Amino acid sequence: MKLKKFDEIPMAGHIVEPGNAMEYKTGGWRAMRPVLNEETCLWVKNGTCGLCWIFCPDNAVKLIEKDGKYIHEFDLDYCKGCGICANQCPTDSIKMESE
Amino acid sequence: MTAVEKIPADKIKIEGLTGDAAIAHALKQCDVDVLAAYPITPQTIIVEDFQKFVANGEVKTKVIPVESEHSAMSACVGAAAAGGRVATATASAGLALMWEILYCAASMRMPIVLAVANRALSAPINIHNDWSDTYGARDSGFIQIYCQSCQEAYDTTIMAFKLAEDHRVLLPVMVCIDGFILSHNVERVEMLPDEAVREFLGVREPVLPLDPDNPITMGPLALTDYYFEIKEGQDRAMYNVPEVFKEVEEAFKKMTGRAYGMYETYRTEDAEIIIITHSTPGGTAKVVADVLREQGEKVGVVRLRMFRPFPVDEIVKEVKHAKAVAVFEKCRSFGATCNPLAMEIRAALYDLDEKPMVTDFVIGLGGRDVPPTTIVEGYNKTKEYLAKGKAPLYETLGVRK
Repeated sequence: MKLKKFDEIPMAGHIVEPGNAMEYKTGGWRAMRPVLNEETCLWVKNGTCGLCWIFCPDNAVKLIEKDGKYIHEFDLDYCKGCGICANQCPTDSIKMESE
Repeated sequence: MTAVEKIPADKIKIEGLTGDAAIAHALKQCDVDVLAAYPITPQTIIVEDFQKFVANGEVKTKVIPVESEHSAMSACVGAAAAGGRVATATASAGLALMWEILYCAASMRMPIVLAVANRALSAPINIHNDWSDTYGARDSGFIQIYCQSCQEAYDTTIMAFKLAEDHRVLLPVMVCIDGFILSHNVERVEMLPDEAVREFLGVREPVLPLDPDNPITMGPLALTDYYFEIKEGQDRAMYNVPEVFKEVEEAFKKMTGRAYGMYETYRTEDAEIIIITHSTPGGTAKVVADVLREQGEKVGVVRLRMFRPFPVDEIVKEVKHAKAVAVFEKCRSFGATCNPLAMEIRAALYDLDEKPMVTDFVIGLGGRDVPPTTIVEGYNKTKEYLAKGKAPLYETLGVRK
């Protein structure tokens, strides 16, 4: 995103469009990224568990159900790499790897 | 600017008012929407009198009696964010407790009027006048105007709203009066009719106010990517103050015949030594100048009114032909090369090839009386230093040492 000059932003830095935090990709803060082992993940296996989805503070875990298949994705635009998902996973299916 | 007309004399109400009462009357006539304040001497009468007006139904302001000055300024920021006309008052330790929110008010561009009865800071605890409190807040982003008389306090309070609320400015204003010396002394004050003040100020038209139908976020987090740009915008707003101030004063003058300027000059035309000070010592200095002139001394006075933004070019123009500038200020900036007022003037004069000598006298700390003899002493010392060709960076006057 191109950074704006002082006279291109609203007075006092007011945020005049609600919800525009979506545009702020906080994934850039990440030092460690979560990597899933699909072999042992309970969601991928049978559509259960979902603890990583429940605990993720940034809604960066996507649990998708499509054509009878269970797909697991991390939204790396917003995942800050906190590692809570890896810590919560009951089958140790998520490993944190250096960026 | 709205067209205003000269108010006929029979519509002017004349009363004997203290500086505090004059400000309270002005606030009433400015029809403020919200006033949030916490009592502190010597400001107390402002809010006390104002509360009486509210209790009597003379004004429909919502008064919020908060639990501290930190809360007072916070409530003011909230009310101003919602688009209201907002005022508060404080002094000394109260201003110190407001500190954090002073910066918020200025950088969030809230046109709040803050009346300050200048008072010394603790310790030792002291309720009397000096300028340590507001001088300390000189970098907060507030406009600062210092008044010499009760009439000026009344007039300045009214003009402060028009200046603050102008869309080219949108900055908070401190209207400063000397604690007790002005805040508690009765002077003749001419008051305008309510309608005249109402017409002069109009209704505040807020820019980007809080509005449930158009929700916005104010004062959000801005880190290394945008903080600096936001500060740049705030700084530029200060540049517009002198122009808007001039317009506001011109309109006020049409209505009342009174205007004060960013500073007042007194017998400076051919002056060899120019005294610079402000607030009540300004009056004393002018009397001293009269007496010294009778004795053949070429002396004049610049009584500053606007300390923030500091009228650099104008002050340089006024004093550059003098041999010396004698600064009298009621504040010591501990550990600094000199003190806030002299520092401004020395910095302003620095680029001149031939510049007047600047002497800096710290006077009246903690309300120590500043009689004409103190000003004369400083004047004589300045003459002495001129003859020697060298002056100390600053010195204290009127203290037993």
